[in-house]
Amino acid sequence: MLKTVLAPRFAVPLVLAVLVVGLSFALPSNFYLRVAALVWISALAVIGLNLLMGYAGQVSLGHAGFFGIGAYAVAVLPAQFSLHPLLAALAGALAAGLLAYVVGRPILRLKGHYLAVATLGFGMLIAMTISNEAWLTGGPDGMPVERLTLLGWRVRGADTWYWITGGLLVIGAWIAGNLVASPTGRALRALHDSEVAARVAGIDVARAKLTVFVISAVYAAVAGAALALVNGFVTPDKANFMHSIELVTMVVLGGMGSILGSVAGAAILVVLPQVLTSFHDYEHMVLGLIMMVIMIVLRSGIVPGLASLLTGRRK
Amino acid sequence: MARFAKYLGGAALLAGAAFAWSTAASAETIKIGASLAVTGPASFLGDPEAKTLEMYVAKINEAGGVNGKQLELVVYDDSADANKARTFATRLVEDDEVVAVVGGSTTGTTMAMIPVFEDAGIPFISLAGAVVIIDPVKEFTFKTPHTDKMACEKIFADLKARGLAKVGLISGTGGFGKSMREQCVSVVGDYGIEIVADETYGPGDSDMTPQLTNIKNAAGLQAVVNPGFGQGPAIVTRNYKQLGIDVPLYQSHGVASKSFIELAGDAAEGVRLPASALLVADKLPDSDPQKSVVADYKAAYEEATGQPVSTFGGHAYDGLMILVEAMKRAGSEDPKAIRGEIEKTTGFMGTAGVVNMSADDHLGLDLTAFRMLEIKGGDWALAE
Amino acid sequence: MDKARGGKQHGEPMPELLQFCVSGLTVGAVYALVALGFTIIYNASDVVNFAQGEFVMIGGMTTVFVAAAGVPLPLAALVAIAVAMGIGLLLHRLAIEPARGASAVTLIIITIGASIFLRGLAQVVFDKQFHSLPSFSGDTPIAFGGAAILPQSFWVLGGAAVIVVLLWAFFNRTLLGKAVLATAANRLAARLVGINTSFVVGLSFVLSAAIGAVAGILVTPITLTSYDVGTLLALKGFAAAMLGGMGNPLGAVVGGLTVGLLEAFGAGYISSTYKDAIAFIVILAVLFVMPGGLFGKASVERV
Repeated sequence: MLKTVLAPRFAVPLVLAVLVVGLSFALPSNFYLRVAALVWISALAVIGLNLLMGYAGQVSLGHAGFFGIGAYAVAVLPAQFSLHPLLAALAGALAAGLLAYVVGRPILRLKGHYLAVATLGFGMLIAMTISNEAWLTGGPDGMPVERLTLLGWRVRGADTWYWITGGLLVIGAWIAGNLVASPTGRALRALHDSEVAARVAGIDVARAKLTVFVISAVYAAVAGAALALVNGFVTPDKANFMHSIELVTMVVLGGMGSILGSVAGAAILVVLPQVLTSFHDYEHMVLGLIMMVIMIVLRSGIVPGLASLLTGRRK
Repeated sequence: MARFAKYLGGAALLAGAAFAWSTAASAETIKIGASLAVTGPASFLGDPEAKTLEMYVAKINEAGGVNGKQLELVVYDDSADANKARTFATRLVEDDEVVAVVGGSTTGTTMAMIPVFEDAGIPFISLAGAVVIIDPVKEFTFKTPHTDKMACEKIFADLKARGLAKVGLISGTGGFGKSMREQCVSVVGDYGIEIVADETYGPGDSDMTPQLTNIKNAAGLQAVVNPGFGQGPAIVTRNYKQLGIDVPLYQSHGVASKSFIELAGDAAEGVRLPASALLVADKLPDSDPQKSVVADYKAAYEEATGQPVSTFGGHAYDGLMILVEAMKRAGSEDPKAIRGEIEKTTGFMGTAGVVNMSADDHLGLDLTAFRMLEIKGGDWALAE
Repeated sequence: MDKARGGKQHGEPMPELLQFCVSGLTVGAVYALVALGFTIIYNASDVVNFAQGEFVMIGGMTTVFVAAAGVPLPLAALVAIAVAMGIGLLLHRLAIEPARGASAVTLIIITIGASIFLRGLAQVVFDKQFHSLPSFSGDTPIAFGGAAILPQSFWVLGGAAVIVVLLWAFFNRTLLGKAVLATAANRLAARLVGINTSFVVGLSFVLSAAIGAVAGILVTPITLTSYDVGTLLALKGFAAAMLGGMGNPLGAVVGGLTVGLLEAFGAGYISSTYKDAIAFIVILAVLFVMPGGLFGKASVERV
């Protein structure tokens, strides 16, 4: 009953807001706050990618490239052009969106694994440029990021960033929820089910795909900018292919087409490596094993999987 | 929907409990931390570093510890990922509450961690190569390995002495190779040497014959320098022989482990590289003041791990010992006091050479610490 | 990167062209074998197996360690192939089969989990160092048309050719092979005519593992190996398979060799720093023109 009263697009950000506020009391030190902030940042990028994968049914193995554009925008623009970091972040998001718009048209004509490899190649081009153009980006060892200053107040400290990134996540989830409930969102779902059927139903398939591709790129860039500001440092790792795979894995682990799932997927892959340090040499084995078990037991991802388990039991 | 929040929250709390459980501290120990690239692309650095730290902390504890207290070592594996290193740095400071940190295997991870330790006022002895770590000097940051700039200078000095003025560069595009290439390009003019070919290869590349073919064809080529670490230089060396390039080949201190000779095989014959005396411990004359330090470390490491010694583990040894001696001199575990004493390190004989630090030199090594080695008969030999 | 085009002064571009060719074909042959592994499993099960690169690693690393224990090299190689096949079978039985019916993307994440697991296992069972194997026929390069070719390159190219021929014979000349093809074409129909499709999928994993292991053994004397070489090979192999057209064995071979050649020519003639970028730009360009890869069929969506 509650579900019909509280539509997901309000309930999900509300749940996340409660989670962000609630956890802030439970986390004992700055380290935990930092890990949580990393979860919020990853989750933001994953929500964007989930819009593309879970709702529009299009895969991207290149989203780390957009993430990197956002991260390097707040590193390079203030350093080279004395731009305010917030404006730099905005510029990064715009650049990522624009780039997605330009390459989106030809790339999104490809389907399935071909789309995967094309986005992968595209992401690698961005990562390679960042890594090789050392005069601009500091090269493989990365470069420092100017601290964010707002009205004379230097933003620093894990707790501050916890709240900022948590806020970003809630806003991101709210926008995503609205998008899903909008006509575009309905078009996307139709597209996910059957592209041909969607086209027959009069949906401008190419346009719908492109829209969500651009939006997801912007999400990734904003997350990248946030990470760079939190860390005060960027390296090309985060623009790399492995990070793209990690983002996709977070989407699928958490649950395609589930915004809460995006947060769960991000939480798993960010928190697990911290927990597994006590396994030392066996860390990677355990991580791989956990991923496999989750996917075998909860095929549709953690949140949808648990949901269907719970409702199934109730029946 | 709301119930999932509970699950999420519960999971987070569980995870929190798991951290807390894994980090129960005791008052009678001194906690020191390390974040090393134990796995990943730089594991050949982090692996011997971690083993060295663990081995020597155990030895020091057996001998009664430091200032009457036992050392407790916390090692995290950042797999050379700067973002992970940053998180582990926060964890070491905030959660483990270490008094000092050794490590950061790579320049990327080190640079990502520096702000955390500088903010927290925790002394940090990096094991990474690039000169940017200590130039400009940062209050709490030190390092033990020779800089890449020094390696270039040592190589170019040797080239000049041999009358070789036209070199080809083939560098890895990883952090180490890229940084060293830049340093080499910036100092090459001081030695009257000209770079006639400048090629690169990627970190995972398995065949460098196209690049080397171009270098071979460069007019007037008299020597080739290969800044890089990992398996790349071994493949470069093999391809170098395959193509029959007959001018001298110089590797960097980034290949200073026996596994390079094993991997490159016959092709390594005659290759020169700047490295610390550790590699030629048994060939040093008894009069060499460094002999006992390097011979002891080599013997201890090879016995404990069954693997041939590398200079990388040696850097960890130097870092730990500089730290321990500073703690003894300070007579306390106060990070600021330790920092002050590290900076006063003078005449410390490490595996890398004699360390004389000061307020404006947080490395403390000079060019004499480097030896020019040549590979002869499948083993290291002093070239000078 | 600035190119000192010294070669032109000597006025003999041919030897370097040949050298680049050999380099590209040798590396490309390995990509081709990885791409073939992708293709076989994909055809039988729609799974893109991202643990394919780990089979190459297992082949090389197991041979190194078994040989180091005193076993003669050919025997060590056989042991390594058997180990890889066993792991391929276990991967199917313990991870893929229990998730039967799950979406393709779920299965892909399972294989990514498997590849992380196998890398973790290898770093514990073996070590984290790089290793090499002695070349099968010595290290003396063969001078040919001005290029210097390692005898091991012929082993790699020859081995890849033999595998391709054997696979062709298996799929076209044996009943079992035809069962695999039938399963690839239409799983339901194959089951209806009495083909045990689960067995066929398992077989495809074992076969792919064996091919990966052979590639690893052949190439380790040239490229060296370590516990984490699989990731990059999987990436390149996947790109090669897509370039050729997913599901087409011929496409996998052509795609692999093409990517290898692109990298070698890119490094030799254009920019060694951006050689991987050059390969991917060409792949992107090809896919824009031919959205199903070089040998792909036009895809028809079932409504």
